[in-house]
Amino acid sequence: MSEAKPVLQLEGIVKTFPGVRALDGVSFDVRPGEVHALMGENGAGKSTLMKVLAGMYRPNEGHVYIEGTPVVMANPIEAKEEGVILIHQELSLAEQMTVAENVFLGELPRSRWGFVDWKVLDNRVGTILKKLNCDFGPRTRVGDLSIAKKQMVEIARALTHHAKVVVFDEPTASLTDAEKVVLFDVINDLKADGVGIVYISHRMEEIFTISDRISVLRDGSYRGTLMTAETDEDEVTQLMIGRSLDYSRSVEHGEIGDVTLEVEGLSCGKLYRDIGFAVKAGEVVGFYGLVGAGRTEIAETLFGLREPSAGTIRLGGKKVTIDSPAEAIENGISLVPESRKEQGLVLGMNCRDNITLPQVGDMTAGPFVSNGAEIAIYDMYRDRLDIKAPSWRSLVGNLSGGNQQKIVIGKWLAMKPRVLIVDEPTRGIDVGSKAEIHNLIRELARSGYAVIVISSEMPEILRVSDRVIAMYQGRIMREFTADEVNEDNLVQAISGIGNGKAA
Amino acid sequence: MSQTPVEQAPMQTANGVKGNFRWLVRHPIWAFVVIVFIFFSLMTDNFFSFGNFENILVQTSTLGLIALGMTIVMINGNIDLSVGAMVALAASLTVDIMGWPIFQSWGNWQLLPAVLAGLGSGVLLGALNGLIVWKTGVDAFIVTLGAMLGVRGLVFVYTGEQSFFAMNFAYADFGASRLLGLPTLAWIFLAFTVVMHVILSRTVHGSNTYAVGDNREAAVNAGIWVGPHMMINFMIVGFFAALAGITLSTQMGASTPNLGRDYELWVITATVLGGTKLTGGAGNIIGTFGGVLAIGILRNGMNLMQVPAFYVLVTLGVILIAVLFLDKQLNRKGEEELRL
Repeated sequence: MSEAKPVLQLEGIVKTFPGVRALDGVSFDVRPGEVHALMGENGAGKSTLMKVLAGMYRPNEGHVYIEGTPVVMANPIEAKEEGVILIHQELSLAEQMTVAENVFLGELPRSRWGFVDWKVLDNRVGTILKKLNCDFGPRTRVGDLSIAKKQMVEIARALTHHAKVVVFDEPTASLTDAEKVVLFDVINDLKADGVGIVYISHRMEEIFTISDRISVLRDGSYRGTLMTAETDEDEVTQLMIGRSLDYSRSVEHGEIGDVTLEVEGLSCGKLYRDIGFAVKAGEVVGFYGLVGAGRTEIAETLFGLREPSAGTIRLGGKKVTIDSPAEAIENGISLVPESRKEQGLVLGMNCRDNITLPQVGDMTAGPFVSNGAEIAIYDMYRDRLDIKAPSWRSLVGNLSGGNQQKIVIGKWLAMKPRVLIVDEPTRGIDVGSKAEIHNLIRELARSGYAVIVISSEMPEILRVSDRVIAMYQGRIMREFTADEVNEDNLVQAISGIGNGKAA
Repeated sequence: MSQTPVEQAPMQTANGVKGNFRWLVRHPIWAFVVIVFIFFSLMTDNFFSFGNFENILVQTSTLGLIALGMTIVMINGNIDLSVGAMVALAASLTVDIMGWPIFQSWGNWQLLPAVLAGLGSGVLLGALNGLIVWKTGVDAFIVTLGAMLGVRGLVFVYTGEQSFFAMNFAYADFGASRLLGLPTLAWIFLAFTVVMHVILSRTVHGSNTYAVGDNREAAVNAGIWVGPHMMINFMIVGFFAALAGITLSTQMGASTPNLGRDYELWVITATVLGGTKLTGGAGNIIGTFGGVLAIGILRNGMNLMQVPAFYVLVTLGVILIAVLFLDKQLNRKGEEELRL
């Protein structure tokens, strides 16, 4: 394609950190009015590249050109002035402040003497929010918004400037389907204005919906650019991880046993109402729904973190009340939480200590912690889950996302649970490790655990579950068996337009 | 009409009882101020008089001035423990310098270089605190703890453990002077309270202060110069500590090397009572003003009731914890809250 000259061009960018060559001669370009997807496994250097673009890192070698002229961006403000705007993956918002202040953080409009010009601020932010179909105003406190709406605030920042290049770093991580549509509209508007878009995502289906070209990074180096229209998922995956992936759904069922967990009429205030379902030993039940549908809250209730306002929980036919995580563990319920780094792991501790954390009180030799018993447990789960860590002494914070998740899963398996709840098992994990985690979940079910999987990714739910429960606004809309579920009826059910029975 | 981001003046939300109630939930300390005010008015004869209110204002102005600066530093997510030592340093410097022989012929103008040097010492030390926090990344608690010990030591070295007396009587006269019906020191405190409220709630610097304390990474990402920004705030608190040292020494016409001991604790107590969070990102001057008044009224009232000083400390300790507990209860999310 012989289009206009690129709006953004990177040439031979090298960025080194002590001991690591994070970017090794990366070159690529973005043309005006195109969506250029950037893909790569975690640690491939995408984030570093984006930080170079946003002026947060300075490259050791190489040049950045904007509209053909070489630029040096020393800080985020200069990058913005050059027309490069980065929408961060991790919400970069000040919770106590208003939407308007957050959108214009760092460059609030001033009237004389450094006073904030609230009128101008409100007007400009109001216009942007209207364009984004947001149902909240500029004066709303960000801390009061749901995660998805916070993401929209983050996106609103892209529209404050006359941008030349907008970088979206995993913008859909917590968006609902309806909001995704709005986001894609925004991206298309920007495209039509001739803005160049860099779009980073792990989700193939999105990449193929929205992008024009795809560039792939692996281990800090540039692997090539593909035209989206002329390629397929397999080719992209091969570039990313250097091999093909088996996407087939593992339908092999284990032996389904007795009902392990049974929930009836469970409610918790406004979060969810009248929830009833059962999980048998040896099966995987998937919970699918939009963010805020109440799935995580149900898991937290089962794990004793929330107090239900009504309903009963039965374990193996016996009615139980769970008032704390300690009681949940005693009853054989384990929860692999949504956010691995904040809720699942002590990042500064080593692998062994993380795996034995919940039971270290029982593993004593006299007054001391029994070192041998701890290492034995770690070794056992390292082999069983195929955890790749240099030794049990390695700090968990230094492992890859996939291996971290395995440590969390291993930790809970070591507690010998009957029910294993896994919340967003592959969030932020690259495609290669995703498949591994999926297989692991299937295998766990086969070996007799009752497994509940909560996920916002449809392919994941479809791949691992024996049954799927669709939730919408705190209610169960419909329960599907593996045979009857498909993308269409699932989307209908979680959007509240399901014609199926309300279970 | 401009409103403040985190702070809404009572007049604007006063659409009936509900608005007032919400205002009180955000500033529970003011409910407390009203309660102790009524309590002491009923319990002692001498409390409810204009003269006594003036007393309270002057007595609290020292703490209050520092608390204004502490609020902005704490909203930033930092803390400054060295304010007490800075009080002593600024007071000693000011009182000493005005007696230097070179300024002998200056008449009352000899106060000028002395006061400037005093204020300058606070600003400079604040800048140094801020610079170390910025450049080394060491926690402000540790940096200013070091400054607190070091500066206090310097004061003893400088003064040779001696108290200084102000040679120019105009200095002490100023401390006792009145302006438009109120003590001058009370005016200084009130004026700076207004100035700091405006800075914090209306200016870009104020907004950035909240942003840095609330989510430092977001502030960096947004291109706020976090380091210099924090340094400015340390300079502000240093300025107020020095100013407090000067006003305190005008009241006595003298300075002692032990001046301002434990002030950091009182100031932090007042600021936290006023709703500023130690973790940063939340707080405001209206609350801090309430916290300062609460401490002032309690000390004054219990003194008038002839409660021994040590019981005053016990009471304040209990009240500090009680007010924060109340604050937490009022701002709970109810039964749906996560149990942790």
